[in-house]
Parts: sequence; C-alpha cells; structure tokens
Amino acid sequence: MAFLKNYINDVIGALRSSLKGMRLTGYYALHHKREKITQQYPDNRNELVLPERFRGEVIMTHDEHNEHACTGCTACELACPNGTIKIITKFEVSPDGKKKKALDTFVYHLELCTMCNLCIEACPTNAIKMAQTFEHSVFDRNKLTKVLNKPGSKIRAGVE
Amino acid sequence: MWSLENISHSIDNWLYNTFDPTVAMLVEFLVVAFCVIGLFAMLGLVLIMMERKVSAWMQVRLGPNRVGPGGMFQTVADTLKLIVKEGMTPLNVDKFLFNLAPFIVMIVSMVVMAPLMFAKGIQIWDINIGILFITAVSSVSVIGILMAGWASNNKYSLLGAMRSGAQIVSYELSAGLSVLSIVVLTGSLRISDIVNSQSNGWWIFKGHIPAVVAFVIFIIAVTAETNRAPFDLAEAESELTAGFHTEYSGMKFALFFLAEYVNVFIVCAIGATLFLGGWMPLHIGNWTAFNHIMDYVPTFLWFFGKTFFLIFVIMWFRWTFPRLRIDQLLNLEWKYLLPISMLNLLFVTVITILKWHF
Amino acid sequence: MYRETQIISDNSILASPDVEGDLVINVGPQHPATHGVLHLVITLNGETIKRVDPHLGYIHRSIEKMCESLSYRQFIYVTSRMDYLSAHINNHGCALCVEKGLQVEVPPRAQVIRVLMDELTRLASHQLWWGAMAMDVGALTPFFLAFREREMINDIMEETCGARLTMNYMVPGGVMVDIHPNFQRRVHEFISHFRNKIDEYDELVTGNVIFQNRTKDVGYISREDAISYGMSGPSARGSGVQCDIRKLYPYEVYAKLQFDEIIETAGDSFARYMVRMKEMRQSLSIVEQLIDNIPPGDFQAKTKAVLKLPKGEFYSRVETARGELGVYITSEGATTPYRIKFRSPGFSNLSALDHMARGAKIGDLVAMMGTLDLVIPDIDR
Repeated sequence: MAFLKNYINDVIGALRSSLKGMRLTGYYALHHKREKITQQYPDNRNELVLPERFRGEVIMTHDEHNEHACTGCTACELACPNGTIKIITKFEVSPDGKKKKALDTFVYHLELCTMCNLCIEACPTNAIKMAQTFEHSVFDRNKLTKVLNKPGSKIRAGVE
Repeated sequence: MWSLENISHSIDNWLYNTFDPTVAMLVEFLVVAFCVIGLFAMLGLVLIMMERKVSAWMQVRLGPNRVGPGGMFQTVADTLKLIVKEGMTPLNVDKFLFNLAPFIVMIVSMVVMAPLMFAKGIQIWDINIGILFITAVSSVSVIGILMAGWASNNKYSLLGAMRSGAQIVSYELSAGLSVLSIVVLTGSLRISDIVNSQSNGWWIFKGHIPAVVAFVIFIIAVTAETNRAPFDLAEAESELTAGFHTEYSGMKFALFFLAEYVNVFIVCAIGATLFLGGWMPLHIGNWTAFNHIMDYVPTFLWFFGKTFFLIFVIMWFRWTFPRLRIDQLLNLEWKYLLPISMLNLLFVTVITILKWHF
Repeated sequence: MYRETQIISDNSILASPDVEGDLVINVGPQHPATHGVLHLVITLNGETIKRVDPHLGYIHRSIEKMCESLSYRQFIYVTSRMDYLSAHINNHGCALCVEKGLQVEVPPRAQVIRVLMDELTRLASHQLWWGAMAMDVGALTPFFLAFREREMINDIMEETCGARLTMNYMVPGGVMVDIHPNFQRRVHEFISHFRNKIDEYDELVTGNVIFQNRTKDVGYISREDAISYGMSGPSARGSGVQCDIRKLYPYEVYAKLQFDEIIETAGDSFARYMVRMKEMRQSLSIVEQLIDNIPPGDFQAKTKAVLKLPKGEFYSRVETARGELGVYITSEGATTPYRIKFRSPGFSNLSALDHMARGAKIGDLVAMMGTLDLVIPDIDR
C-alpha cells in the first residue's frame, strides 16, 4: 500500500514540477518581444554608449592647440607590467636656455596591452587616459604599434 | 467557401474523362507523389525555422533574422550549404547499408503519410486498417537507425544506435496502447471513421479522464519515439557520442535531419487526428452561431493548426527539460508509462461498454 | 636533449587497460562539457567507470614564474586570469597578502567596497555555474537566463571598475578608484530584479524531477574523504565539511555581517548544487546589508610609490566561488617577490573526481564535473 502511495506521489510530483518549468519557458516564448535581451550589434553602433571608465585603449589627450601634458618622465613605462609602453625622449632647449628632457615619441604596443590601468594611475600629470573604443581588429599587425603623441604637438606650458 | 475536396474531385473527373483509365491513374500517382515530396520540402523548411525561432524566444533572444525578411530564408541557406558539403563515406563502412539507411528512414516517413487526412476528403489512401497501418509502418524506421549505426563501423555509433533502437521499441508500446484507447472509443481503425466520430466534439473532451491520460502518455511516448529531448541521449551534443548519424555528412545527413522533423510532424498529425479531431472544427454543444463561425475556417487550416500546436508543445518540452539518462528513460517507460496505459485501456473499455462518455 | 622522466617511461599507469575487456577513452581536451581544456583518460568496463585520470597542463601559463619578475603592484593583474570567474576575489587575496607584509591598514570604506565587489563576483560566478551545469545536463534554456543576470553584474562592474571580466580593481592599500555615483542605484536595481529571478531558477531546474534524478545519489563523497582530498568551498560543504573562510578566518568586514554558512550533509551532486543555490541567496543578503552602509572616507591607504616587502613569508587566504585560494609570498626584501605560490581550490577539488567517479556511469560523469564547478585555468595557472 505504501508502494502504491509513493508511486502515485511520484507521478503527480513529476507532472507538477514539469508543468511549473513549462510555464516559465512558455511565458518567455509568448512574451518574447518584451523579454528579449539581444542587442543587434553592428546595427546599433550609433546608440552604443560605453561607460566613461571603460578601458578600451590608452590615448594621450591633446587640447585644441595640439598640446599635451606628457613630460616624458617614464613613470608609466616603469609601471607597465609587460612592456607595452616605450618612451623615447629628446633634449630640448627651453626659452631661458636650459636643456630639458622632453617627449619625442610615445610608442604604445596595443597588441601587448592588457588594459590593467596601472599606467594611468602612475602618470603624475594626467597626460594619458583610457578611450572607450573596443573594435581594435586590423589586418596588418604593424597598425597595432601606435604613437600616441600627435605630430607637431608639444607640451602645454605650465605642466610639471 | 471553396474547398480542396471540390478541387480534387474536379481534377479527378477531368483526368478520367480525358484519358484512358490506366493513364489517368498513373497521372494521379505522379501528382500525389509530387504533392507529398513538395509537402516534405515545405515541412522541412518551416519546421526547422520554427524550431530555431521558438527556441530563441524561450531563450530570450532573437532567432535567425538576417536572411530574408524576418529570417525566412535561413533554412534555404542551410539546405544549400548541406547540398554543397562533401558527402564523405569513411573507409571501412558497409557501403550498401551505409547508403541505404537514410533512404529507408525517409521512405518510411513518406509511406506513413498515406492514411492521414489533411482536410475534409483529402486523403491518399483510406485503408480500413488506417491507424494500424501507421503504427506498423512507423516501426520500420528502427531498422534504418540500426542500419546506420551498424554500417558506420564505429563503436560509438553502434552504441548510440543500439540505445536509440531500444528506446524507440520500448516507447512504441505505450504509444500503441494510447492509440488503442481512442480506437476502443471509436470502434473502428479507419481514419475517416475516427475523424467523423468526432463531429460532435473532440475525443479529448468527450472521453474525459481516460482520453486526457491517454493524450499525455501519447505525447510523452512520441517525444521519445522521435528521439527528441528530453529523450535524446542517443544524439546529444554534450555527451560522449554523437549517435548513429556521426559518420554521415552532406546530403545524407540532411536526409536524417529532415526525416527527424517530418517524423515529428507525422506523430503530431496522428495525435491531432486521434485526440483533437483531425480536420473537425471546434463545436461547442448547442452554440449554433459559434459553430457556424467555426465552420467557415477551411478544414485544412484546422488540421494544420492543431498539428502545429502539438509541434509547439513538443518543442516546448525540448527547451525546458534536462536530458534523461538511458536507464532512467527505460525505467520511465517500463515502470510508469506502460502500467498506466494498460490500466487506462481497461478503464476506457469499461467506459465504452457502459457508454459513460459524452 | 630530451630526457624521458620516470613518469613518461613508466607506461603502466598510462593508457593501457588493467583488465582484458576494459576500454580506455579520452574526454577532451576539447569537449563542451569540461569547462576548459581538461583531458580525462577514463578506463571503462562497459558503461561503468573504473578509473579517471585527469591530465592537466594544457593552459599552464607559468603565472607564478611571471610574478617573480613583476613588482608588488604589477603582479595583481595576472591573477585575474587565473580563476577568471572570481577575478575580484583573486585580486583581493593578493592584495591582502601584500598588505600583511607591508603592515598597512585598509580604510573602512575600501574594506566595504572590496567585500561588495567580492560578493557580486561570487553571485556572477554562481550564476554562470548554474547555467553551465544545466547545459551539461541537457537543459539549454537556463544558460541564457543565467547570462541575462550576469550581464547586469558585468554592467555594474564595467561602470565602476572599467572592465567586465579581468577587473584589476584591488590594489595593495585599497581599491584603485572610488565607486561610481551610479553604483548604489544600480546595485539596488539588480537586487530587486534578482530576488524574483532566483525563484525562477528554482522552478526551472531545481524542482524538476528529471534534474533531481540526474543528480541525486550521483558522485557521493563522504566527509572524511572530502577532508583528506583537501576539498574546500561549496564542493566540500555539500559533504558536511565546515570550511567557509569567511567564517573561520574572517577578513575585511565579514566578522560584522549576518550570513549563514550553508552546509549540506548528503554528499552527492544534488547537495553540492543546493549549497551553491543557497549561497547565492546569502550573497544577495550580504550585498543588501552593505550597499546602504558604505562608510565615507578614503578608498585607498597611502602607500609608498615603490613597494618593498620585508624579508619573510606571508600567507593569506580568501574564499573564492570555488573554495579556498591561498596566496603565499616569499620575499627576500626586494621590490619583486622571490616566489609566489597560489594554492588553487580547483586542483584539490579535481583530485576527488577519481574517487567520486568509480563505479558510476558515463552519463553521470558530466553531472559530477558540473557540480564540482571546475575552472581549468585556475587548476593549471
């Protein structure tokens, strides 16, 4: 008799749990227009807004006079864990005749960068920041070695 | 309203009046053959698309939506891909059986279409043992599966085919007993009789409890017969073996794939015919106005609507439940479904004799 | 040039069957159910498993060796890639060890932010585990539902930390930047959304009779065996071992929080499954307790620009979503560590798979691996 009771309980329990699960997926099937979460990616590029802290790639900020804030102190190069940044400095003669170290080229290897943010933390003058780009694929690997300071730019006055 | 019955009768009369009777019969054979093959192709396209869309909706995403408006031509693209794929035959297979297996499965599906009534008066062959014919011929597809597993010369395929064969043969019992319940209520094996007996109400309503129990058992059993989830251990993607059709590629694989979906259509058509009234519109008692409106909908729409509803239910099962292990599967059949369906058959016989149904 | 070591030349323990009639098959390394590149060599007798030999090392990236050439600020980003599903917790463990060496006091605001991020990460990891486990057992829908919730947590992380998977947000002394002004609002939205969804998860998978039959009495391991294999985390708590680091050796603000340590005694796969489901609810309640009570103040303690640990050995342990992660630093007083060793939870959990799988069927192996929640990069480092 206990066997029969267990049997019937098994059957009813199985049916009930199955119907509960089906109710959930049935709800999703019938309300799919409201519940779907797919973003149709290449079509929605114009509406995509990434958070401002998103770490896409490192860029150097230039203002409207094509001036940046990098002094060539190589703090970012020392902070980077895997050699992504290489700074080439040159000696410049400042207006009052003193020889000062200045930035020549800021070489940034995008193919090595892990976007760990340590270089941004280390920079004392807020010269570099993270951009919100994420479509980095190229057909030619040489395009991934970037020079971050724009040609013809120089350091802004008053930055140390 | 225009009806398919009138069209087919007028074509029939015209053929017999214009040509010699033998030639007319041959022409009719050809026409029916083209219609069946055309239905197959259409069903393949529609069902695969429906599966992908329904599964996507249940998984909170869009289905295919790029190829054609709303993704309608996705299956055409898939078929073209399968056709141009290399149909590789591995080295040590049994060539004759290897090549024959997909065709057996396809032929069985086509032959089973013969007794089905697609609309009022549209039936290829109204044999007097209609439903028995269907059950008997659909069992032959097991041979195709075992052939595929054996001929592949691959121990995993053989394992998968043996499991699949055991599963199909076991679940045919429960399916057959549920079908028998309706046959007992109707009193005839002929499909047209079964449908005509539902003119005052579908058997699932008229035959109250035992018909509902038979329906539930039937749906579970045919899901297992067509190797659909949750009973698809034999061809599961994330288990060890890929089943009996591992070694097939290109068009032969497409035939297996197509045959699986057409089998789903056929068993749902049988379910719709037996339990949901076939091409009979929904009539509710004495609401004559309602019944008149229901009669305006063409009968083939009723039939296909009911069948596609059952197909949706079977797809619903697939995307909700996890998979059963092989021993749990056989356990379910032999210890639960079979005793319940035998008791149900007894119950239904008592009800029929005492006329305790509507 | 190439010297065959003892292990390789000793063929008896490799792929030869013990008994005539046994079959040796490979699962992986590329397999949809192994959650990574894991190579299992299984000795079968018919359908019954006689022995399971995991072969590791397919994703060994010599992280510990790499860390020997990186300074104490630089090595933390690499540990995000070890157990990438609990990236914050890995970073947290390393930061704790370095702080122990430097004897630096972490400000209370940073402590609370760290615990919040840890618990959100634990939730995200358990959600992915739930989806992947259901997918292994055959139900394909829960995977998408789990990722829908996980995306919400990823979006919260993206807004505050800047990255979705390898966050690198914890630094020795605190956190890298302060939380975003939207953080509290978004976490509140997530909490209210997830409270309903976790009941849906139970409806869809936990209560399902098929799922219960697949996981009950499968992969039993007793309490003594779990302790002797060194299992930790939810896999061990399913067998009755009390090993929650957050309760035994509380760090940060865990001592002041109200949450339960979930222990189940059945020892089978279903018990481990239930431990993680209930842990999700506990994590949710921890997040709720903390989100409105973030104390004001500094988010990072002032440390020197170049960190140097004094000579000695330092160990810290944290509770990741998989178990106990131990970070052991040996320092010779330089700016880079002399040796770092990570005690990974997955390695010990995997070693119990052989014990659990003996006598089970092939179809059960997938269910067992699912409940052990293995992430192979964590095991191989």
